[in-house]
Amino acid sequence: MSSLVSTALDLRRDFPILGRQIDGRPIIYLDSSNTSQKPASVIESIDDYYRRHNANIHRAVYQLAQEATDLFEGARDRIAAFTGAPRTGTIFTRNATEAINLVAYAWGREHVGPGDAVLITELEHHSNLVPWQLLCQERGAELRYLTISDEGTLSLHQLDEELARGNVKLAAFTHISNALGTINPVAEMCARVGAAGATSLVDGSQAVPQLPVDVGALGADFYAWTGHKALGPTGIGVLHGRPEILEAMRPFITGGDMIGSVGRERSSWNELPWKFEAGTSMIAEAVGLGVAIDYLSAIGMPAVRAHEQALTEQALAELPDVPGLRVLGPSEAQDRGGVISFTLDGLHPHDVAELLNRDNVCVRAGHHCAQPLMQCLGVAATVRASFGPYNVAGDVDALVASLYRAREVFGV
Amino acid sequence: MDDLYRDYILEHYKRPRNFGELESPDLEAHAKNPLCGDEIGVHIQVDDGRITDLRFHGHGCAISQASASIASEELIGMPVQDAADLDADWLIELLGIPISATRRKCALLNLKVVREAINGDTSWPAAS
Repeated sequence: MSSLVSTALDLRRDFPILGRQIDGRPIIYLDSSNTSQKPASVIESIDDYYRRHNANIHRAVYQLAQEATDLFEGARDRIAAFTGAPRTGTIFTRNATEAINLVAYAWGREHVGPGDAVLITELEHHSNLVPWQLLCQERGAELRYLTISDEGTLSLHQLDEELARGNVKLAAFTHISNALGTINPVAEMCARVGAAGATSLVDGSQAVPQLPVDVGALGADFYAWTGHKALGPTGIGVLHGRPEILEAMRPFITGGDMIGSVGRERSSWNELPWKFEAGTSMIAEAVGLGVAIDYLSAIGMPAVRAHEQALTEQALAELPDVPGLRVLGPSEAQDRGGVISFTLDGLHPHDVAELLNRDNVCVRAGHHCAQPLMQCLGVAATVRASFGPYNVAGDVDALVASLYRAREVFGV
Repeated sequence: MDDLYRDYILEHYKRPRNFGELESPDLEAHAKNPLCGDEIGVHIQVDDGRITDLRFHGHGCAISQASASIASEELIGMPVQDAADLDADWLIELLGIPISATRRKCALLNLKVVREAINGDTSWPAAS
């Protein structure tokens, strides 16, 4: 079936962990929606930062501090260029969850009040759901959901209807569903939200590593994503925001580095983006993320997307041959990211994942931090295989072969 | 023969004993494994300080379902206070399979709801 892949990349040698063997056999890593593996260049950049450049940023005048500051701010410049966002609207956070919470607290608590509504979707990861639940509970606002079709897609018509009710202040939705892979029409959605006078937030955690993303062209007011899914280290995320909105916002976390001046009674705030980066930043992590973005840029996101779409097509063609296997989500690879959720009759997803692990096939089993979505789908859990740019056609074949072996163990 | 998914484990998974509900249980509890969404509830009937009938219900993986089924056969007939004192070692020894740290919660979920039903203990088992 490998012939299906016409745009094959083979980047495995760039990822040291994929050279590791467990029990004498290679690792088939199919859990990139959970976290990605890291290329050697990223790992080395963090090592090099600590060995040669480590100092605190934005403060001291000596050479090392200047180098550390240049590396940190240089990473920001390259990341902003990569996602088509202004530098002043590119804020480093700990992860996407913190980025979304920043908006929920610093923007939401000022702009959402009694009688207002926050609109989210049934596809959301808990990170783009719980912050809005809490906001709405605290502010006496209403949390409403766009529903999904049987294939896990949203309806622009329903979005129009919800916006026409007139009280939506913020609409928050994922770019690519982490559980089903659905790619949402976020440019159209942001345009409609903006036209209705509401603010948009897009969770791009799955999209930045998988698709060419141009935040400016998408028209999102806020766009949050995380580094560790995009070949970068853990502990670093990004919030892109329109500078004029960020300018008008109160700070979120407060303390050092985010201030202009501090008096005994009052303080003023630093300029963007530092106003939202209190305390010593995740310097090494930002440097590592910058190098991860360099790596993705060098391959080119259209090539990454083409490669992962080909793997997805292959999986969508091969998986349904396994008896009792049901794939959830959009039926066409072009409508989904490199994420495939499925169930297997007679085997619970946990048992599937356990048995695949016997073959070093790494998949996720569970609710994928999307419990309301699982309820919509009428399942308690699914098995999820997800791709990174380092996967190859043979990985899909290994997955399918391992699923047959799992069925044999269970005698189904 | 698989170490974990032994024949009797799969047999209990596919045909669990004492699954269902009781019409008017004396004791009951229900719990979820927040990591995976699996859930198990228990209904217990008590006469003269002894468990005279018991039913588990819910859904989960083979380990959690087989564990509940196997435990149910031991629990019926046991003095209630003895059941409340059962610990993880008892159940894992009873299962007779190697339980990894990641599957421990699956295996112990049924005993968790039994302890909760008997004495309202919701904090067991402590994080291992």
